[in-house]
Amino acid sequence: MSLNDIVFIALAGITLLAALGVVLSRNIIHSALFLVLTFLGVAGIYFQLNAGFVGLVQIMVYAGAISVLIIFAIMLVMDVEPDQTNLFNQSTPTIMAGGYVSVLLAAGLAGAIWFTKWPLSAVQVGDQGVEKLAGMLLGPYVVSFEVAAILLLVAVFGAILLAKGVEDK
Amino acid sequence: MEHFFVNTAHALVAWLTGLGLAPGWADLILLVVQWIAVIIIVILNITVLIWLERKVSGFIQQRLGPNRLGPFGMFQTIADAIKLLTKEDIVPSQTDRMIFKTAPMVFIIISVMLYVVIPMGDGMEIVDLNVGLFYFISIGSLSTIALLMAGWGSNNKWSLLGGMRSVAQMISYEIPLAFSLLGVVMITGSLRMSDIVAAQSNIWFVVLQPIAFITYFISATAELNRGPFDMPEAEQELTSGAYTEYTGMRWALFFLAEYTNLVAVSALMATVFFGGWQGPWLPSWLWIIIKTYLILNVFFLIKWTFPRIRMDHLMSFSWKFLIPVSLANILLTGAGIEVLMRMGW
Repeated sequence: MSLNDIVFIALAGITLLAALGVVLSRNIIHSALFLVLTFLGVAGIYFQLNAGFVGLVQIMVYAGAISVLIIFAIMLVMDVEPDQTNLFNQSTPTIMAGGYVSVLLAAGLAGAIWFTKWPLSAVQVGDQGVEKLAGMLLGPYVVSFEVAAILLLVAVFGAILLAKGVEDK
Repeated sequence: MEHFFVNTAHALVAWLTGLGLAPGWADLILLVVQWIAVIIIVILNITVLIWLERKVSGFIQQRLGPNRLGPFGMFQTIADAIKLLTKEDIVPSQTDRMIFKTAPMVFIIISVMLYVVIPMGDGMEIVDLNVGLFYFISIGSLSTIALLMAGWGSNNKWSLLGGMRSVAQMISYEIPLAFSLLGVVMITGSLRMSDIVAAQSNIWFVVLQPIAFITYFISATAELNRGPFDMPEAEQELTSGAYTEYTGMRWALFFLAEYTNLVAVSALMATVFFGGWQGPWLPSWLWIIIKTYLILNVFFLIKWTFPRIRMDHLMSFSWKFLIPVSLANILLTGAGIEVLMRMGW
């Protein structure tokens, strides 16, 4: 087993265990914190794939910002005892339906990964990943990049408007 | 003296490969050794720093500061450390135990992770990542989680309010922090720390990017929850914010992590704006230490001189002033680079 394999197994193990923690915790705050660990594990896998920039964006956006947002949202709306916020549904039909959907999803994903031909690009990016990415984003794809930015801006304005409400005069 | 540490590292790798170890494993062991060395040096250094801050604050406020233990009270921090280590470890009964216990560990781990990319001399980065500066910002943004964990896990109103305040403050000030560093990145054309240092061989970036330096300094102070922006632990209102319920070594870990962050940010400031390890006569690793210590003293000076400001003032200062200014600085830098390139530089 090479060093690469050991690192991958460790990272994948951490990610999977943390993901299980998200599902199995009875306290929803614990679930949210396990979610942070899941994000960090995925970021580690990006690092191992030599996509350092993507990994860091993952850490900054998901682990650093979105998870804080999730935790804040939970804290603001929580009105029961913390350790009863993420309970299991005990009725058999719901468990059956949930199990069916998750098995189907897992099988579909596994099949898609297994049967897809993954073409290997001959281009070696090496250490220049960020420069290449910047060139692409502000070169051929500049329009879609800017449209995405404007879309986010509109979403932010919409959220503020919804939160504040319109003042009547 | 200049290449003492680099040569030691090379010798270690050569010795390990000589023992019949594969090069990858030898490099891994070197990484671990380097990281442990950095952690030990940083933590030992902090005992000196705490003594220094007490002395500096005493000087500023016209009192003596620690003066009983050893010459100039130098052994005061050591005595404090022994006291904290031997104190009873109290976990209040109503806390969320798992979160309460892990929060200080998470905080200290994140703060030592910052040192991975800081060049501590010529060729003395632990890892010279091609996205080094971005690494520093994004790992730094994780420490909000630790404070949120401490605030929530303590199950105490003051703790939660302090945690919420620090999270709000850190999230707001992360934006001008990152934007102010962008000006430097635009001039260098790289996020790699060694490139940023090399680009300052003729002129320091503090001269080329004065606005960026000032916005960075202010947002770093807020990001570190240091005075005058230390509302998250404002003693008069919140006892000590997120740390209220912590005692003994767990509290000491938070304190240690705050100083670790402070040293890391000062070292980054020296690297990005003050030419890093470059300097005449002395070896490079000594220069970065001198520059870092000078910046640390400015932090001390500001903390002990200015009164604490109000929370809503702090937030509106970030969103309504610092962010527009740092955006304008990016625009100005871009226009400047374009004009200079047209003029044929």
